Amino acid sequence: MSVTNPSDTVALATPDAPTSAPASIRRPRHGLIRGILGNRKAAFGAGVLLVFAVVALAAPLLAPGNPSLITAIASQPPSAEHLFGTTAKGQDVLALTMHGARTSLLVGFVVGAAATLVGLLVGVASAYFGRVIDDLLSLVTNVFLLIPGLPLLVILAAFLPPGIGTVVVVLIITGWAGSARVLRSQALSIRSKDFVAAAVVTGENPLRIMFREILPNMASIVMSTFLACVIFGIGAQAGLEFLGLGDASVVTWGTNLYWASNDGALFTGAWWAFVPSGLCIALVAFALAMVNYAVDEVTNPRLRTKKKGRTRA
Amino acid sequence: MRFIVRRLAFYLLAFWVSITLNFLLPRFMPGDPVTRMFAQAANKMQPHQIEQLRQLFGLDERPIWQQYLTYVHNIFTGQMGVSISRFPTPVSEVIGSQIGWTLLLGGTALVIAVVIGNLLGILAAWRRGGVLDSVFPPILVFVGSFPYFWLAMAALYLFGVVLGWFPIRHAFDAGMTPELSWTFFSSVATHLFLPALTIVLVSIGGWMLGMRNTMIATTAEDYILMAEAKGLTNNRIMFRYAARNAMLPSVTAFGMSFGFIVGGALLTEVVFAYPGVGYQLLAAVQGLDYPLMQGIFLTITAAVLVANFIVDIVYVRLDPRVRVS
Repeated sequence: MSVTNPSDTVALATPDAPTSAPASIRRPRHGLIRGILGNRKAAFGAGVLLVFAVVALAAPLLAPGNPSLITAIASQPPSAEHLFGTTAKGQDVLALTMHGARTSLLVGFVVGAAATLVGLLVGVASAYFGRVIDDLLSLVTNVFLLIPGLPLLVILAAFLPPGIGTVVVVLIITGWAGSARVLRSQALSIRSKDFVAAAVVTGENPLRIMFREILPNMASIVMSTFLACVIFGIGAQAGLEFLGLGDASVVTWGTNLYWASNDGALFTGAWWAFVPSGLCIALVAFALAMVNYAVDEVTNPRLRTKKKGRTRA
Repeated sequence: MRFIVRRLAFYLLAFWVSITLNFLLPRFMPGDPVTRMFAQAANKMQPHQIEQLRQLFGLDERPIWQQYLTYVHNIFTGQMGVSISRFPTPVSEVIGSQIGWTLLLGGTALVIAVVIGNLLGILAAWRRGGVLDSVFPPILVFVGSFPYFWLAMAALYLFGVVLGWFPIRHAFDAGMTPELSWTFFSSVATHLFLPALTIVLVSIGGWMLGMRNTMIATTAEDYILMAEAKGLTNNRIMFRYAARNAMLPSVTAFGMSFGFIVGGALLTEVVFAYPGVGYQLLAAVQGLDYPLMQGIFLTITAAVLVANFIVDIVYVRLDPRVRVS
């Protein structure tokens, strides 16, 4: 992958005519966006995500009615009538998968956004205020990072009343710390720049410095943190629901797998009952990871594959 | 030395947080799960056992700070109550009989993933744009995108059910008793293979990419150029000069991912019915066995903290800069 594209992205970022040089100095972020759009990994990832988003939005049209209803003979392999086969109960797997995309993606993105936001607030506040506040927030962050996530998820989910809301809250509690750490270290390096010092001296309000001066300069890292959080959200949600800790009556990819496993799909040979949902999770996570790598590559030229390649034979 | 003491204090603090969390959860959660548990289990318990559990979950009418002191005292003396789903075995005994399997599974998978992943990363970074560098990362990232447990399900279905190459559940053949014999060990190994394989497959990509990226930064250093100018062999530069310095982030990640592996092993254990603490944790959740749930959580946390502390000690040995500052 990406053997030919780096030269394109470099070309995109450089001004087209020497006469426009002064104006183009203020265009680095424009270059970033175009660089990402021109990156093959990003294009692939965005395309896959788009398909899933469309399917999720259009699920009630593509597969009308409640997907949990029993509409066919049980445990049928894929056929023309039921493209993905039917479950051991006689539900249509395709409908379950399409409807599952709705909740799974929604929860994934909500968790991703909320966890990034909490991480951002903690990270930037920590970097901006420094001293005691930094020590305290960093301590809390590190403790949360260290406590093993999945077991914590399990006991939190076991004590809280079951439901999608619980899953979201629990995932945010366990997911924010990683982003806080990454964002803090980035904010810390920007905090030490002269323009921030200048803003402090001119008496700007701390909130304004944090969100108008520091934040815009870490847009790319916020973006990749967000993508990583969404991947975490989708995967961890599926894991929780697979364990039966979600709301088993809501159709998501995780509960599809839970029911497939509960109905013994593995042992009756009904591979079609558990393959689609798992593949969907993997595809979405992979697409997000690809966009993430593309952001990394565009913002960190060192990671790009050089065309010349082997410097050492 | 100061570094070690600071880290130790930090881990103790983290452990205290988890204990406190454990203490607060059953006391402040809506819906009163503990009462439900008692309703289910009370008829088979002795009065003094009920009393002990009531204390553990704050159903006695003492002030909260007294309850807290008793709780902390109980935890540090290993009194975590009796398990309800496996009544009347004490929680500590249930965990003790199962933690070994989790450590075996998680440890094996982690070591294999770290060794192979780092080697691949070193080689990929050394030959930028080579086959290893361009083909492996996307494949491994794709495999790593699958949820742990789903890959476990697929492997179980393919190699266990359809092909029948590997056993599909438990840690050793039924009817066997743990003993120091060749047949027992081979039975354990064949049972270990699939669960460990799925964990390795999912986690290896992260190690490879992490190592690759640090290696790329390291190979740009002047001392690598110097080593080349001296005419050292490629292998020597790659492993003794570049990889050795690029290893440091991987060492830190090793400690962090120990917790991740134990957590990931939880789901893998469930799929393979592997008798580790993860499998037991799920059984505890399903059986409303709150004492066991909390005991397992604390045990896993403690294991993770100890692993991280050991990594810190190793780190001091490896990186002289930590010793100075």
